[in-house]
Amino acid sequence: MADARDNLLDRRKAVVELLRDRGELLVVCGLGSATWDVAASGDDARNFYSWGAMGGAAMIGLGLALARPERAVTVITGDGEMLMGLGALATIGVRAPKNLSVLVLDNRHFGETGMQASHTGLGTDLCAVARACSVKRVMEASAMADVAAIREALHRPDGCLFARIAISAAEHERVMPERDGAKIKDRVRKSLGLS
Amino acid sequence: MTEQAIKAMQPWQDDVYDALKAAGIGIVSYVPDAGHARTIARAIGDPDMEAIVLTTEEEGVALTYGAWLGGRKAVLLMQSSGVGNCVNMLGLVQSCRFPFLSLITMRGEWEEFNPWQEPMGRAVPAVLDAMAVEVRRADTPEDARDLTLRGAEDAFGKDKGIAVLFSQKLIGAKVW
Repeated sequence: MADARDNLLDRRKAVVELLRDRGELLVVCGLGSATWDVAASGDDARNFYSWGAMGGAAMIGLGLALARPERAVTVITGDGEMLMGLGALATIGVRAPKNLSVLVLDNRHFGETGMQASHTGLGTDLCAVARACSVKRVMEASAMADVAAIREALHRPDGCLFARIAISAAEHERVMPERDGAKIKDRVRKSLGLS
Repeated sequence: MTEQAIKAMQPWQDDVYDALKAAGIGIVSYVPDAGHARTIARAIGDPDMEAIVLTTEEEGVALTYGAWLGGRKAVLLMQSSGVGNCVNMLGLVQSCRFPFLSLITMRGEWEEFNPWQEPMGRAVPAVLDAMAVEVRRADTPEDARDLTLRGAEDAFGKDKGIAVLFSQKLIGAKVW
């Protein structure tokens, strides 16, 4: 059956492209599919995977960006996770660190819990929210060329960035990274030379 | 500035801020409360401090974790009513052994005129304890200073979650 969603981006391909030649990029993942996608793109000590704390990914990213202003920090999360912490966009917009980007993989559904429609499928426009929260650089991807442009912007820290990536609701195999939170945390810190 | 904020700017709040600086805190995030007004004002005026205003307290919990991932110490300032907004996010104190420090001004316990403050105020120690955040209570100006310094040292030196409660008797009743 033809469906408008058939033309949307494949989430795995999009994340592989976003993290291609990532260099020193620090990545904070939202829980669920965003974490599986980042893990599937290649494990890296600079990934902070989440297995909980829904709604917190963007703020963890803000804290990391403030602590490491010389490094690019990217949050990769889903629409449901971003919606749970929508106020974070207001908080991020106020401070707007140049080295922070927040990328939302938007399939307009709660994918881990039975594919119920999320607010973005029912009218909420996350890019409009980000703009309204005074985030100056807002990008949107509906084709791989757009994803490539966002990838370039991650490495060009000339302003806090919000990007929405319109992905298909198709599900992928779960690629599960380390689950011990202390190990995940310590590994990120060690990659930054911290004990 | 409101009369209540000015009244709340008691000298011990300067000692609290100095203790945060002495402990190497570099980020102060907050949902404002009159009892923290002086600390917040000093953080905003300090070029070496990041002062981050939050829309809800749980943002500050997550911010603290991210800062620590990058090697920086943060403190979360809030009123007792905010503790309930943090519960799930506090789980990472256990699951990731993240350090966490919060200074919490109490409502609902001393000359409180607003009964709606009482339920959360009463629940604060039990809620924090349930999430493995150690509760320490400051009833005097000296306590406020000493427990802030010791709390920061213990949180970031021993990977612990620590909350210092500033009692409403210390802060004084809210002035209207």
